[in-house]
Formats: sequence, structure tokens, C-alpha cells
Amino acid sequence: MHSDPAEVRKSVRSYITVFVMLMVFTIITVGVSRFHFAVPLAITVALIIAAMKGSMVAGVFMHLSHERQLIYGTLLLTAAFFFMLLFLPVLAYMDRVRY
Amino acid sequence: MEIPYIVEARPDTGLHNGKLGIWLFLASEVMLFGALFSTYILLRVGASEWPHGDLSVLLGTINTIILIASSVTMVMAWASLKLNDWGKHRLYLALTFVLALVFLVNKYFEYSEHLTKGEGPWHSTFFAIYFTLTGLHGLHIVGGMVVMAYFLGPGAKLWKKNPDQFANRIEATGLYWHFVDLVWIFLFPVLYLL
Repeated sequence: MHSDPAEVRKSVRSYITVFVMLMVFTIITVGVSRFHFAVPLAITVALIIAAMKGSMVAGVFMHLSHERQLIYGTLLLTAAFFFMLLFLPVLAYMDRVRY
Repeated sequence: MEIPYIVEARPDTGLHNGKLGIWLFLASEVMLFGALFSTYILLRVGASEWPHGDLSVLLGTINTIILIASSVTMVMAWASLKLNDWGKHRLYLALTFVLALVFLVNKYFEYSEHLTKGEGPWHSTFFAIYFTLTGLHGLHIVGGMVVMAYFLGPGAKLWKKNPDQFANRIEATGLYWHFVDLVWIFLFPVLYLL
């Protein structure tokens, strides 16, 4: 987190750059969806673009690119539990009752 | 009694308490939305067919652009405080509030169009998860607007009394707002495009 005015001014330029990139990626996301790829490919492409956009928001707007270790540690732990949560459907699928 | 470490960083964490607090809150929010995304996957994988093209991609795209723009105005509101420009801070914060309002107005039109066609949450599994996810996200937008209205109104007095603490509060508001934007970035393709 910058407090020096010169550093903040430099950050403002990166905010504008990221804004333009997010707009471009939004247009790409909508454009790609028009191609009607097979569902697994479409999901993969859409989520890759969304992840790229998300990392730009988190890294630049939320200043995660230069944050304290404690925040990284907290987020790493959250990410671990988040992925465990996402895999619950897989576990539920494997645990189906077979007749 | 004065609450310690609201402006200066705690020696052990290297953060002021408000910032650590908002990040812990956001971690809990990740789990909340994560549970709903997990539900979406479970429902979609288990469905024999899934509707496509029931939502307006145009309205969804417009709302994506609005939320991204509001994230920029929010971070600019914080940067303006760091540059000691109170006027610009007010302008950017008010713009963020207006953009949030426009997002909700769009959502209102979208919801009412579906509801008049009888496509409420009871209509299908798709609309049930659509209304749950976007409804919860919409509530987060309303929550953010309440906080912004406070800082545009009575909360603004703090700037004169303690500018650093005020800037920290705007930073925490911004972190929350960017998270709301981040959630939408994933909601948009998942619900509108796939």
C-alpha cells in the first residue's frame, strides 16, 4: 500500500491500464461465447478469462501485488478451503448409492 | 478507552486492525460464495439438460462494464485522499454510488422481465440458482451503497478530525467493493454465457 504521493500517482496510471484491459477481456469473453464451443472447452476458456480478470482486480485494485505476509497467509488458507468446497460435488458424485 | 492500531500498523501483523478485519471478513465471503458456486456445479452436473440463452447477455455485459467502472472510481476515490484532493475524492465516491445504483436499476429491469414471464426461482433449477446467486450479490451491492452513503454524508466529518483513519476506512470500503466486482466477474460468464 503506497502512501507516497509520487507512488500513488504511478498507481493511478496502472488503474487506468487495468480498467482498459478488463474492458477488452469482457468483450473477448462475450465474443468467445458466440463461437458455441463444446461445453467443457467453453467453460475452460470462460473461467480462464474470468481468472485473469479477477487476478487483475485483486492484484492492482486490491493492492494484493504488494501486500503483507499475513494477508497472503490468510488468503492461501481461504483458497485451500475454497477448493475443498468446490470438490465436494465430486465427492458427492463418487458417493452415490449403487443399486 | 481508545481503540489501538486504527491508524498505525500493529508491530506483530504489520497491518492496522481495520485492514486485517476486512480481509478476514472477505475470507468468510469467499467461503459463502464458494458454497453457492459449489451448489451451482452440483446442480449443473446432475441436470440432464441446462437452459441456455434465457438471460439477456446485453444487460449482463452492461452491468459487467458498470461494475468494473465502479471499481476504478472506488480506487480513484482512495487515491484522491492519498493525494490530499478532497473534491476529487467526493466526486469519485459519488460516481461509484451512482454506478452501483445504475447496476441495481438494470437488475430490477432484468428481474421484472423474468418475473412477468413467470420465470421466478420456482420456475426451474436454473432460475433458482440464478436468483439466489444474483440476489445475494445484489444485497452486497446494497450493503456497499449504504457504507458509501455514510461516507458521503455524516461519516465524511472524520476527514477533518483524523484524515489517516478516514483514508483507512475508504480503503476497507474499497476492498469490499472490489470483492463484489470480483464475484460478478465470475457470475457473469457462469450464468449468462455458459
